[in-house]
Amino acid sequence: MTFFRMHFFVPLFAVIGLVIIAYAGVQANLQAVFGVVLPYLAALIFVEGLIYRLIQWARSPVPFRIPTTAGQNRSLPWIEKDIGDKLDNPENTLHVIGRMALEVLAFRSLFRNLRTELRKDPDNPEGARLIHWSYKWLWLGAIAFHYAFLVVLLRHLRFFTEPVPAFVHLLDNVDGFLQFFVPVVYISGIVLLVAAIYLLVRRVAHPELRYISLAADYFPLFLIIGIALTGILMRYIYKVDIIAVKQLVIGLVTLHPQVPAGIGSLFYIHLFLVSVFFAYFPFSKLMHAPGVFLSPTRNLANNNRWVRHVNPWNYPVKFHSYMEYEDEFRDAMIEAEIPVEKES
Amino acid sequence: MAKVPTPTEILPGISYRPPAKSWMEIKPEFRPGTFCNAASPKWLESIGYPYPRAWSVTDEDWKLPEDWKEIILQGLQDRLDRFRTLKLFFDICVRCGACADKCHFFLGTGDPKNMPVLRAELMRSVYKKYFKRAGMILGELAGARNLTEEVLKEWFYYLYQCTECRRCSLFCPYGIDMAEMTILGRELLSSVGINLEWTLASVASCYDRGSHIGATPQAMKDMIDFFAEENERVTGIYTPVSYNRKGAEILFVAPSGDYFADPGTYTFMGYMLLFHYLGLDWTISTYAAEGGNFGYFISHEMGKRLNAKIYEEAKRLGVKWILGGECGHMWRTMNQYMDTWNGPADFLEVPVSPITGTKFENAASHKMVHISEFTADLIYHNKLKLDPSRNAHIKLTFHDSCNTSRAMGIFEEPRYIIQNVLPPGHFVEMPPNTIREKTFCCGSGSGFNADEYLETRMRGGLPRANAVRYVAEKYGVNHLGCICAIDRAVLPTLVNYWVPGMEVTGISELVGNALIFPDEMERTTDLRDRDLEGVGEAVEEGEEDE
Repeated sequence: MTFFRMHFFVPLFAVIGLVIIAYAGVQANLQAVFGVVLPYLAALIFVEGLIYRLIQWARSPVPFRIPTTAGQNRSLPWIEKDIGDKLDNPENTLHVIGRMALEVLAFRSLFRNLRTELRKDPDNPEGARLIHWSYKWLWLGAIAFHYAFLVVLLRHLRFFTEPVPAFVHLLDNVDGFLQFFVPVVYISGIVLLVAAIYLLVRRVAHPELRYISLAADYFPLFLIIGIALTGILMRYIYKVDIIAVKQLVIGLVTLHPQVPAGIGSLFYIHLFLVSVFFAYFPFSKLMHAPGVFLSPTRNLANNNRWVRHVNPWNYPVKFHSYMEYEDEFRDAMIEAEIPVEKES
Repeated sequence: MAKVPTPTEILPGISYRPPAKSWMEIKPEFRPGTFCNAASPKWLESIGYPYPRAWSVTDEDWKLPEDWKEIILQGLQDRLDRFRTLKLFFDICVRCGACADKCHFFLGTGDPKNMPVLRAELMRSVYKKYFKRAGMILGELAGARNLTEEVLKEWFYYLYQCTECRRCSLFCPYGIDMAEMTILGRELLSSVGINLEWTLASVASCYDRGSHIGATPQAMKDMIDFFAEENERVTGIYTPVSYNRKGAEILFVAPSGDYFADPGTYTFMGYMLLFHYLGLDWTISTYAAEGGNFGYFISHEMGKRLNAKIYEEAKRLGVKWILGGECGHMWRTMNQYMDTWNGPADFLEVPVSPITGTKFENAASHKMVHISEFTADLIYHNKLKLDPSRNAHIKLTFHDSCNTSRAMGIFEEPRYIIQNVLPPGHFVEMPPNTIREKTFCCGSGSGFNADEYLETRMRGGLPRANAVRYVAEKYGVNHLGCICAIDRAVLPTLVNYWVPGMEVTGISELVGNALIFPDEMERTTDLRDRDLEGVGEAVEEGEEDE
């Protein structure tokens, strides 16, 4: 099997396999397993895994303060730093918070993205030249994907809470402003699915991306597409008993698990994929989400020159001392009238 | 030495379409011109580096130590424990590809393993195999692979096709920095005795002699004294220098390239003219004679060992503060490492310009000032009498060095100086996506100046040269300015290759041209002995009169 085929199809079949497992489980009346045991297990793995991974990272120190700077640094008082310089080349904690907020909330670095192409140019002696242009599609896809995901997650709070908080209702209303359909169509679900498919298609269609992509890149995409699809199908086409679903979820949250009868198998498939997603999260590249907060090229101020950064494992090193140097060159130095410590 | 293909042979052959075979199956081909020579044992011995031996890159057998694999894996473990960056950068890459076409080596070679994401994956795949359960169990499906000699050779090939320029880290949504992985990867290679001849020779020379070029104290003095005479010949002003002088106010540290070879030497003449003009109480050391730091290109530790000499010497001489010359990676180490490595420098004072009284609060801890900050401050306070028309033969564009841009952020100071020493309209920027924080590397940074590496260097410099050519053709730019000694050493070769006729200049050289001394003779040439604008014609007219 070729590299691409292996890395693409194994995760695809894995996700299809997960769907089949959940379906078969429900047919075998294992609702308690898929509705209670596995979600609890997934939540446990998610929380513990996340903490474990964060501790693993935090255990390694940051020996050097190495922010990537993208704006004017602190210099002479009359060289002004505009707001962009402050956010892209932070000199204090406030700036760093601003930089991180922009990175996490607006994907600032991705917004900077360019595309470079070698374009034919008959005027050029070599027949081609490089051009660079602003390329925001990846940023747009990523922003759409992540915010849609967030809205979908928050919307699901209505299953977890009784009474449902006001902001979830508000979110529902905004997200469902397309009221021409019954039931109300949530934009976020559609955007999530479309954006996830975009991220998948670009990975496959773009030769360079296909070349670097691994199973670990396709698996979460297939999983999320599976989750979004089952969710959408459940809401709009093969409806499940929403009252029973809420009963089950509230039961999970209040630690009084129960398995109401009559929830369709589509729900269990959805829930199982979500469980797998959360259990998989701490051991995968999905850890980029908490990881970005720890990234030393982003979360440190460029203030080394006036605030000393201490390396916890700094150790003395051997260097060639001045006296060793002078001992070797003393006569020549004297002859060249370079001052010395010892005359002979 | 390998014949270097011409631009017309190289450029049409570049394709960004990856090959059909997967990257795990393709092994690097050590073709002359695309790798640097292996370091000779004598250099390793002189700095106490492990496994000195004679070997050659093209040999099948690299004569690795018996237990090389254990050494590498142990070294990897050790670095994972000491550097959060390495652990984090291994774990959080999502392979989004934003970095792919940002690397000048990828753009110049089309080799997919020069996409930073994949270059990192060369190491990450080994990390997965030996440190991650998924990789141990699933192997290739998890993107993991065994550490073999072939893999090690591949690391060598590609970690030395990274100039640690950090352009990828700018565009990475998580700030993953290939430079960091390259530095640590090279440390691992060094731990089994794999080093570059050019880099190691420079490091060893710097270690015991004082500078990368290995000049003895008397030779260094000869070179610099010669510039004093040259300055006198061109300007009528003799600019003597004091060496290793105790009690001077300022220790000046420059990259050795600036007193070694053209056109850096003109930059050095510019420094000397400026300091003489100001009557600065300064000295230069033959012991801490190097601002640059090739040690940093092989390991953090070696970087520290070379850097240590600067504070040592400042302490011995009893200076108040340190002034640093125009250099790129030197300023990365000064900004991001020096104080951590070898500080605190509490025996020095917070730098104050003796001319303007400006206190450099931004250097309050490490006590070093960048020459561009120093000069810009002088101009701002009207302390320099300048005649920009003496640079009228120069139409300049400015190359931001990778390190001063993405590991410091010094953008306005050099531009402010340029605007003041050039006539209006003589400074043109390159396209915005190729300057400032988005600047492209010269292609030869991080210890690649070696001649045997010319083809790869010319390829790596393509994006830079491409932008230079654009302004040359569009605006008639004839000089490429920079504040980096490696740039001054390698850009002339690069532009000569891609943009013939372009000259490379440091910014202090332009200052030296423009400075008006009260008692100077009438200048007819610039520091390079080229006729000033208008002078040549005047002479011709004079000849006609006779």
